Amino acid sequence: MEDVCARFVSQKISKTRWRPLPAAALQPPDLFATGSWDNEDNRISVWSVGDLGNAGLNGEYQGEPQLLCDIRHNGDVMDMQFLDQERIVVASSTGTVTVFRHHQNNQTLSANQQWEKAHYHVDQDTSCGGAACTGVICNKPEIVTVGEDGRINLFRVDQKDAVRTIDNADSSTLHAVTFLRTTEILTVNSIGQLKIWDLRQQRNEPSQIFSLAGDRVPLHCVDRHPNQQHIVATGGQDGMLSIWDIRQGTMPVSLLNAHEAEMWEVHFHPSNPDHLFTCSEDGSLWHWDTSTDISEKPSFLHQGGRSTAYFSHNTINQSVVSAWLSNDPTKDRMEITNLVPNQTLSVNSLDILGPCLVYGTDAEAIYVNRQLFA
Amino acid sequence: MEELDAEPPVMVVPGADPSSRQLCFAWGPAEVLLCETRFDRTGRSPASRVFVVRKDQDIYIHTLRKLFNESHGIFIGLQRSEEELAGKSRKSHLVQVSKNYRSVIRACMEDMHQAAMTVKPVRSEASRSSLGRNTWELTMNSSLPKAGPLLLRLLDWVRLHVCDVDNMVREVLSSEDPSKHELFWNVVDVFVLQGRMDEARHLLSKEASANPTSVNMYRILDDLMKKMPVPSLNNTQTLTEMELKWQHWHEECQRYLQDGTFASNSHTESICKILLGDEDAILEKKELMTTWYHFLVTRLLYSHPTVKPMELRFYAQSSMDLFLGGECSPEPLDTILMAAFEFEIHQVIKECSIALSNWWFVAHLTDLLDHCKLLQSHNLYFGSNMREFLLLEYASGLFSHHSLWQLGVDYFDHCPEYGRVYLELHIERIPLNTEQKALKVLRICEQRQMHEQVRSICKIMAMKALRNNRLGSALSWSIRAKDAAFATLISDRFLKDYCERGSFSDLDLIDNLGPSMLLSDRLTFLGKYREFHRLYGEKRFSEAARLLLMLMTAHIAPCSFWMTLLTDALPLLEQKEVIFSAEQTYELMRCLEDLTAGKSEKQKFQDDNVETMKVEMLRLALARNLARVIVKEGTLEGS
Repeated sequence: MEDVCARFVSQKISKTRWRPLPAAALQPPDLFATGSWDNEDNRISVWSVGDLGNAGLNGEYQGEPQLLCDIRHNGDVMDMQFLDQERIVVASSTGTVTVFRHHQNNQTLSANQQWEKAHYHVDQDTSCGGAACTGVICNKPEIVTVGEDGRINLFRVDQKDAVRTIDNADSSTLHAVTFLRTTEILTVNSIGQLKIWDLRQQRNEPSQIFSLAGDRVPLHCVDRHPNQQHIVATGGQDGMLSIWDIRQGTMPVSLLNAHEAEMWEVHFHPSNPDHLFTCSEDGSLWHWDTSTDISEKPSFLHQGGRSTAYFSHNTINQSVVSAWLSNDPTKDRMEITNLVPNQTLSVNSLDILGPCLVYGTDAEAIYVNRQLFA
Repeated sequence: MEELDAEPPVMVVPGADPSSRQLCFAWGPAEVLLCETRFDRTGRSPASRVFVVRKDQDIYIHTLRKLFNESHGIFIGLQRSEEELAGKSRKSHLVQVSKNYRSVIRACMEDMHQAAMTVKPVRSEASRSSLGRNTWELTMNSSLPKAGPLLLRLLDWVRLHVCDVDNMVREVLSSEDPSKHELFWNVVDVFVLQGRMDEARHLLSKEASANPTSVNMYRILDDLMKKMPVPSLNNTQTLTEMELKWQHWHEECQRYLQDGTFASNSHTESICKILLGDEDAILEKKELMTTWYHFLVTRLLYSHPTVKPMELRFYAQSSMDLFLGGECSPEPLDTILMAAFEFEIHQVIKECSIALSNWWFVAHLTDLLDHCKLLQSHNLYFGSNMREFLLLEYASGLFSHHSLWQLGVDYFDHCPEYGRVYLELHIERIPLNTEQKALKVLRICEQRQMHEQVRSICKIMAMKALRNNRLGSALSWSIRAKDAAFATLISDRFLKDYCERGSFSDLDLIDNLGPSMLLSDRLTFLGKYREFHRLYGEKRFSEAARLLLMLMTAHIAPCSFWMTLLTDALPLLEQKEVIFSAEQTYELMRCLEDLTAGKSEKQKFQDDNVETMKVEMLRLALARNLARVIVKEGTLEGS
């Protein structure tokens, strides 16, 4: 816990994202971006976190995030994603999607490209009626955005117009989107449905619809297991974490009672998928750890597909089932820890990469933990 | 109404001219709206302007935002721990909380000093922050019963407060040869004035090694400084012992001074005089002390080290008079500190409320004092006690800020009497730009069982969605509010769309209504009707027929829709195989008759051909079906 650095930044943070590491990188991430909301003057900021080895001038400031640069953003930052090492795609509450470029040489940010009125209500030509763009996901060079207008847009970076737009894809608000495969996306909406869309097909219908069993609680976030693509996790308005197996059935495999209020983000750890992180309006950030002791299982079976070097997909049989899909979560030991010491206001966003965790709250503070698995 | 303590300040609104236009005004939560009316005094009537007059500008200062957020965290921690701790641990916890507030204020001050280099208007805020910090410390020092003599605490306070000299100290200490630095003696004086004997001795030893001729003098001075008796933290010596020792030491210093030991060097001589508590010598170093309360502490250190809290006020008043020397009148800060020295807590709070434009300081201070049980709760004439009044004012101020309203919620929570009412009124006025913001506000209301506000917010969002033709969003909002009436409205919209277009829009919504279907009858009908269409599409005719009939007989369907339902029954009646049983056919006929009987003669006359044709076709189809089914049911099976 001592490795958590906090910094008050005088703006409510809505999104935090680590800059992705180059493919063969060994060192932990050292740069992240944040977006603010509910300000008259919202900003996208880029921060750097120092090396762990350095003791700064005053020992207590060691590792505290330092602001490198920031730029004004029109509207609340609703979602943010790094397109590559230098470009960040930001979704705005005005319905505009902007690509910012971070210039490393002089540490500045500039707006590179913008799609205005990507999301709108009623008529695009009338001046009012911009609808918030609620989710953005990138798979370079493609960018998919969803919004409160129920529209799905497919952009290609450096192309002025949208490659494809699905109008009225959903009758309710689409809250989040993520890639399932390179040509398929997953969306969640405010009537508790998880939909798969195949972008190769021309029809404007989802290829599959999943929904919750009981009350149609709105779903706010979605994430796919990094290695096993049929496992999907979603977070709902009542704080419930649902794990879905999209190969079978239309209902979630397990429902885990998690938070007491809306769950804003859910993330599988990209290289360690036995670990899941969720953050919520109730001010807590939970770390779900299903990695069981290796000695308990036969030595040739490993969890989570971390080291699948010696058996191909064909030999994965039913006995190697991810802990996430087991019907009885209490049977396999799952450790759940709250990483926020004194919770006050909502934790709006989190991101994990390697051993580093960053999260931002409505109490206008950013927290960085660079030794998550120590 | 009570009497006013001070005349209310006159605020001039630039641009508003009451002599040319008649003005009208209205009070808002934290501001006044001033507008020019159409009643023109000069005869012309240009366009009217509207002015928004805000009293509390401080909220918008960027550097203060960090202060607000950090202190919010401390405040919440204090309220939560209230119940848990008791006794000694509680006391130390309260001291810890006070220290936290103090460090937060100090951090804010440093930020302001940094910002003041760049932006001028911040300077006044910097001074106000420092005012805040000083008063905080002083009040805390005097109020909380702490270990250790008063003087030591006062010394700590002065050392932490006067940061103006820190730069100078740093400069001299970091230079290569401190004793050659031009500010060397200033720094030594500062150390002496603040009672930092060890540091002064350290510097003097450097000077001594540089001047071997006067080594004797320096040795004596060093000796005096080392031997100076200070009240100790642990009570190893009684007061009389201490006073005796001090008397001895004072006489020794006196002797050395009169002997002329320090006559050769004016600097060391003045230091000796200061050690003796010579007021004139101390006053000479006015610029180094910068404030009268520094002077007070130095004076006490060297003339009355065993001062007791009760005696403080006398020395305070005389110190201020001596220091200011009648040139300038006391500033608000001075009055506040004077009240603090006199341990008049209420006076301190009152003076601060007048002097500062923002309620932050008094609100948190009063809250902490209240937790220490140091405030006598006297009720103000409008019902709440002082702590609650100040917290309410502060939180209301926060709500007028576009972003800090979330902090205000927690403050209202901890005002037992009026907090909830204030919160209810304020939370309705927050603009809801995006759905996410509305969800956050909604969660706040739900957690506090503010059902009225929940309903109102959901209705606003649902109407917005409906206007934008987002029927699914509208439905999800009405489900959240459990608003049956609105769900009925949405279902009617769907049905209207169906009647106009002949097909359903948003099938993904209607097909997947789930248990929320039961929210309203109309919604249930919508779901079931769609199910009927689905069954028909899947060619499960008998189930479809049964469902259709149930819709009509169970009165789930609205009367206006019965005609459509009956028309839907037509293809089922015309099927090759018989679907409706005799009973069912009779039911259908009854429904039809009910429908047509309801219409008056005039209406029947006005019905156009399509209507009458429909009815006739239905009658024919029903009759034919009846005929067939009677025959079918009458036939023996297998023969």
